[in-house]
Amino acid sequence: MKSLRTLLCCTALVAGGSANATDLEVTHWWTSGGEAAAVSEFAKAFDASGDKWIDGAIAGGGGTARPVMVSRIIGGDPMGAFQFNHGRQAEELIEAGLLKDMTAVAEAEGWKDIVNPPSLLDACTLDGKIYCAPVNIHSWQWLWLSNAAFEKAGVAVPTNWDEFVAAGPALREAGIQPLALGGQPWQSSGMFNVLMATVAGPEVLQTIYGEADAELAAGDEMKAVFSAAADARELAKGSNVQDWNQATNLVITDQAGGQIMGDWAQGEFAVAGEVAGEDYTCLPGLGVREIISTGGDAFYFPVNDDPEISAAQDRLAATLLSRETQVNFNLKKGSLPIRGDIDLAAANDCMKKGLEILAAGNTMPDVNLLNTEDTNNQLNDLFVQFFQDESITPEAAQERFVEIVRNKD
Amino acid sequence: MASEAKRPIGLFRNLAAKIAAIPMILTALVVFLGGTLWTVTYSFTNSKLLPRADFVGFDQYERLWATERWQVSIENLMIYGLCSLVFSFIIGFVLAALMDQKIRFENTFRTIILYPFALSFIVTGLVWQWLLNPDLGIQNVIRSLGFTNFDFNPLYNPDIVIYGVLIAGLWQGTGLVMVLMLAGLRGIDGDIWKAARVDGIPMWKTYLFIVIPMMRPVFITTLVIIASGIVRLYDLIVAQTSGGPGISSEVPAKYVYDYMFQGQNLGQGFAASTMMLLAVAIVIIPWAMLEFGGKKRV
Repeated sequence: MKSLRTLLCCTALVAGGSANATDLEVTHWWTSGGEAAAVSEFAKAFDASGDKWIDGAIAGGGGTARPVMVSRIIGGDPMGAFQFNHGRQAEELIEAGLLKDMTAVAEAEGWKDIVNPPSLLDACTLDGKIYCAPVNIHSWQWLWLSNAAFEKAGVAVPTNWDEFVAAGPALREAGIQPLALGGQPWQSSGMFNVLMATVAGPEVLQTIYGEADAELAAGDEMKAVFSAAADARELAKGSNVQDWNQATNLVITDQAGGQIMGDWAQGEFAVAGEVAGEDYTCLPGLGVREIISTGGDAFYFPVNDDPEISAAQDRLAATLLSRETQVNFNLKKGSLPIRGDIDLAAANDCMKKGLEILAAGNTMPDVNLLNTEDTNNQLNDLFVQFFQDESITPEAAQERFVEIVRNKD
Repeated sequence: MASEAKRPIGLFRNLAAKIAAIPMILTALVVFLGGTLWTVTYSFTNSKLLPRADFVGFDQYERLWATERWQVSIENLMIYGLCSLVFSFIIGFVLAALMDQKIRFENTFRTIILYPFALSFIVTGLVWQWLLNPDLGIQNVIRSLGFTNFDFNPLYNPDIVIYGVLIAGLWQGTGLVMVLMLAGLRGIDGDIWKAARVDGIPMWKTYLFIVIPMMRPVFITTLVIIASGIVRLYDLIVAQTSGGPGISSEVPAKYVYDYMFQGQNLGQGFAASTMMLLAVAIVIIPWAMLEFGGKKRV
């Protein structure tokens, strides 16, 4: 910390003493209630040091926001910093030299020692240089259940996926939508990847996506995953909503039994004033395998000629990973902190479960680390069709899945 | 010899007009033609997020035509295109013919019918999304009137969702067709009507065999306007269905956008847009040859 302060002082001097009040535009796609509350923690922490956080939120999720950000960077109008998911999304921008090398800040702050699990920092690293600041860990493998909905249907709250599937008919009879699923394509493919990681196991997912193993993709293990996906399709029938938070809202308001969604859903429960364990239950790894993927969000910093902005980017990166910001941000966001050395005493039941799994080392790489956006987009197309159109048999879907895996890069 | 001396004068005739046209000529050459050539060239590369000149032959096209979503998109565009062409012409012409009967309050009717055209496709899409929503829209209203078995839910049924989009498209676009047709009808000399009446030709026959053939230029103009609107169909889909349910209302323009920007696969997007260009060219070129090539000979 001390060395950074010296560094900051020096930069401040070089920039003529005015460096400590720079406007920095930060673009991100955190617009739902919980997300917005979390991002304002960043803004507060950054503003406290005298700089100004100019919020550039882009509504509509990553799929909408990413092209906007990329075209601004390529078009020569870069923002101060932008949020991406870790992984291969920014690969080409880095190779084209459009993003700033943050290795100096990372070394000054000792990111190598504090970031846990280390794979997060590896995801930011290309050719030994660090290009992004990881801010949180998000895992997809959660099943969120409404306790009141199960009470109304007269069945016990399930403790794993099979029990949940079995409870489906009872929920339907009680007029409750068993599984909430929004119409956005990424929700469908995300849900499938969760089923894949939990039903077949993380090794299978890693081999198929990481090594493009088409044989395994065509095998019996995946067949079981596709039949689980068909179950899920049956349960999800009739949830006519589009956005993920609308689907989460169905669970919050007890109109739906459950939702498979990443831990960012927790932020929505928190905003609605729901209490983990009382109002809702969470099953990491769908209660089948206690495993979480360590994807997440990271901030990247486009190269900027203006030395003041450059210095402010360094300050922002240091602020994002500081102890206090990490605690405040992640509590609001419902995600896990990227530092292993902080105490989340205020964490709720679900976050504690996640922290335990993380501490036990039951982690797997996120799909974004293994797949390019191109492959993800193809998976989106396949699964949004599969989950919305019952005429596609699991076998036919598996064939197309094998083709995508065979041709992936 | 004298003619040779005059030649440069021809170039400088109407000099101001020619200078004024330079920006548009440059735009057409550099932006439209240059951009098109660039896109076609790069559709043969494996460009991802950023364009790169790594040529892979027809790989992108092979993948494109093997993709189910592209096939669905083409099918949807054909259904939408054909229906929207036929219906907007028929409805537009009939409305214009009715409007042409020297009715009272013609201005009012014309305004009402043209009004939807003033709305953007995004607004149109949203309005019809609500109207066709089973819990808020038409189905709900009719059910609350007592017809509880009434079922009208096109947007959540993969088989007919494209017709739900078609309704919105027609509602928005027919007004313009009507106005164009009306202008064409007004351009028909009144004496022709009188002559037809003297000859005792019934009104519908006059329309069908005399007036419509005379309106050919108006029909061509309308065709071009409607057809270009069909090919670039994108915003209506995004606003109304986002391509759903599943991929059942996807269209080619959306495929291009999604793969170019969201999928970070420029090559695939370029290949798809080149196919769209090709489809337009197949329609336009024979027609243009007939239309303009024929005139030269006369």
